[in-house]
Amino acid sequence: MTSERVRVVRAWEWARPERPVRREVLAALPEQEEAKSPLLFVPGFGHGAWAFAEHWLGHAADRGFPAYALSLRGHGDSEPAPDATLRAYTHDVTQVAASLPRQAVLVGHGAGARVVAHAMSRYPARAAVLVAPVLGGWGTFGAALRRNPAGTVPAVFGGGLRLNRRQLFSRELPDADARRHVARLGRAGRRAQWQLLTGRQPEPAVGRPPVLVLGSPDDRVLPATALTRAARRYASAPLLFPGMGHDLMLDARWREPIDAILDWLDKDPAPTPG
Amino acid sequence: MSSSTDLGRPEPDPTAVPSRDDRPVSDRGDTVCVIGAGASGLTAVKNLREAGFGVDCYERETGVGGAWNWRHDRSPVYGSTHLISSRPFTQFPDFPMPDDWPDYPHHSQLLSYFERYADHFDLRQHVWFGTEVVRVEPVEGDRWDVTTRSTGGYGPERTSRYAAVVLANGHNWSPKLPRYEGLAEFRGEVMHASSYKDPAQLRGKRVLVVGAGNTGCDIAVEAAQQASHCWHSTRRGYWYAPKYVLGRPADQVNDTLLALRVPLRVRQWLYHWTLRLTVGDLTRFGLPKPDHRVYETHPIANSQLVYYVGHGEITPVPDVARFHDRTVELGDGRRIDPELVVFATGYLPRFEFLHGRVLGDEDGSGRPRLWLNAFTAGHPTLAVVGLVQPDSGIFTISHWQSVLFARLLTLRIARPERVAAFDRRVRAGLGERYSAKVKDSTRHWFEVGHADYLRALQRALHELEENK
Ligand SMILES: Cc1cc2nc3c(=O)[nH]c(=O)nc-3n(C[C@H](O)[C@H](O)[C@H](O)COP(=O)(O)OP(=O)(O)OC[C@H]3O[C@@H](n4cnc5c(N)ncnc54)[C@H](O)[C@@H]3O)c2cc1C
Ligand SMILES: NC(=O)c1ccc[n+]([C@@H]2O[C@H](COP(=O)([O-])OP(=O)(O)OC[C@H]3O[C@@H](n4cnc5c(N)ncnc54)[C@H](OP(=O)(O)O)[C@@H]3O)[C@@H](O)[C@H]2O)c1
Repeated sequence: MTSERVRVVRAWEWARPERPVRREVLAALPEQEEAKSPLLFVPGFGHGAWAFAEHWLGHAADRGFPAYALSLRGHGDSEPAPDATLRAYTHDVTQVAASLPRQAVLVGHGAGARVVAHAMSRYPARAAVLVAPVLGGWGTFGAALRRNPAGTVPAVFGGGLRLNRRQLFSRELPDADARRHVARLGRAGRRAQWQLLTGRQPEPAVGRPPVLVLGSPDDRVLPATALTRAARRYASAPLLFPGMGHDLMLDARWREPIDAILDWLDKDPAPTPG
Repeated sequence: MSSSTDLGRPEPDPTAVPSRDDRPVSDRGDTVCVIGAGASGLTAVKNLREAGFGVDCYERETGVGGAWNWRHDRSPVYGSTHLISSRPFTQFPDFPMPDDWPDYPHHSQLLSYFERYADHFDLRQHVWFGTEVVRVEPVEGDRWDVTTRSTGGYGPERTSRYAAVVLANGHNWSPKLPRYEGLAEFRGEVMHASSYKDPAQLRGKRVLVVGAGNTGCDIAVEAAQQASHCWHSTRRGYWYAPKYVLGRPADQVNDTLLALRVPLRVRQWLYHWTLRLTVGDLTRFGLPKPDHRVYETHPIANSQLVYYVGHGEITPVPDVARFHDRTVELGDGRRIDPELVVFATGYLPRFEFLHGRVLGDEDGSGRPRLWLNAFTAGHPTLAVVGLVQPDSGIFTISHWQSVLFARLLTLRIARPERVAAFDRRVRAGLGERYSAKVKDSTRHWFEVGHADYLRALQRALHELEENK
């Protein structure tokens, strides 16, 4: 993703390990073991494992994939962590990934895709899927400010980033469902939010994982140009699901993107050239 | 290949006819051979597979984990062995240990960690267990003939030809036993620390422990609690560093200073000063004054040794001069009468399947002469992985060594002309050291400072990448 070189000397990581926390991990396992790679879903800021438990976990298990979702620290039922950093979130992902029985496919949504991009430099994922990836930088901030000024401005001053249901879901999703999901949203750590804009770009991925990028051209959090740019970083074009909101895993037509992901994995994508 | 233990080795391919002394050689094409399935061998298999290479790994024992598998005859671990280096650096850099494990996990946790690593990356299918490598010989075209047989010498020898070889056979399993006048007449029990497993072996006995590496110190501490008397003999004074300083694992404090790029001399001074404030003046207890600075001998991490010396449960004594039938004579002329002598005098490297010259051991001393402790001149398809004794953990180092070797082999295919440049680099760097000036002892042949070493390795990796 970046042209940056592999970093071998990681003195701060050796000197200052992340604080261990209790992490929520939800799982749905296929009835019969089919030797498919396990999937690990990583929710974006404000979301928890619940966002995947709604539809995608069960669906992936029905199609033979052991499916897991975690809540980053400070989200869902994981331990509170108001001071969390992107590095701490990355640690959460690599900890859960390494605890799985086999090499995992990392699936990151929203800012969870940025966390996955960092995790890919610390864990050789079998493959990675970036769903409506918010990879960060000032462009992200500009887009958020334009589309949702009232929700974004407080975040600049250390408040929570507020997302509304019109940004997250299409109009096809029944209002009651949309309200229920929005009510569950939490918020990411202040420092992590800031690092999403200003932090260091991820180091190169290890283990040459193939990467799939997908999203919706009608996403009201992530502009279509940003989606294309994200895909280009991984030398691919995004798979598009027009008409859907940012939360593809919760929107009315949630089945299409997850089927596309699983179809791609069933074709056993080859590692990227080394 | 599904389960290598059941299927046995691939039959030699008769169409491929190369042969040695009229014995058929099975040509394994571009496959790489890895010797050993300890921590270093496993990470070599994983990283070579990741780079797209086929791998045959031979392991003479029946399981993975090498030294950390206490079921293995040659495992040097004893019941109470815990890591001396704390988790963050010790773990593989791309497969963290669970963060709810203690700072210094127990050896049984280490074994489960390596077993999970092997399963997670599906490595066992590439390992031929119960198979010992008996000969490794270079052949034309920078390829290698590797001869194996079942462990214990049963069955016929088989030879396979490989594109490259990784030696990951470990260097902590062949005991180094000092010779003493009169030892043969000594009536007491004598053992090397490698056969020490359980404190019951010490219970109620008068025990002499020789050597103050980490093994000697651990055993002396156990003897302090179990034996009726414990003498601890050292031929020099050491810095006995506690496992925790300033409330944190000592190696993490050291890594903080490294992260801040504090120079070695200042780190040594800070360390001496911290030890003076915490552990105090050891000569008060009759321990000799260190004849060197911290990091000039392999660091000891043991919070309990000094404690038991201070409680009179360990009697420090000087070097052993000679043995008599019932007593041991010390350097100062004193005589003591142990019933059991444990030699915790360390280990020596052994590459008996390979001509010493291949690893640059010209004088037959058994000491290889390599660059980055891994590469030998004139053999671009050979690497040694894990032949380091760092002032911290070893697995991260083995990981990056095998990543570097995998990149080199990849480059060899894509840009063969680049390999000559790498070989020149190897020749120029043979025998390079990556540590403070160390005391002359076989135990320091492979001593490296982990940060200095990895900086050098990182440079080598970047040089390779630049020329892709
Ligand atoms: C008591 C003790 C405590 C230690 N504590 C630490 C610590 O805290 N941290 C740390 O990083 N290191 C520690 N070490 C160092 C230890 O050696 C390494 O942790 C690690 O075991 C090295 O792994 P390896 O794979 O290089 O070698 P090994 O673990 O020795 O594995 C080598 C493997 O190769 C196989 N083999 C050898 N020859 C052949 C052959 N001819 N054919 C086929 N197979 C062969 C062996 O059976 C073995 O399985 C400790 C060592 C000892 C003795
Ligand atoms: N808990 C743990 O994790 C743990 C435990 C044990 C070992 N280890 C590791 O395993 C490796 C091997 O350690 P080790 O302690 O077995 O061996 P070692 O570090 O080589 O120590 C050997 C000791 O014996 C002494 N010695 C050697 N030859 C002697 C002789 N002829 N006469 C008198 N004394 C002699 C050495 O003295 P000199 O200093 O004078 O040479 C040294 O004190 C090290 O890397 C160590 O860190 C780790």
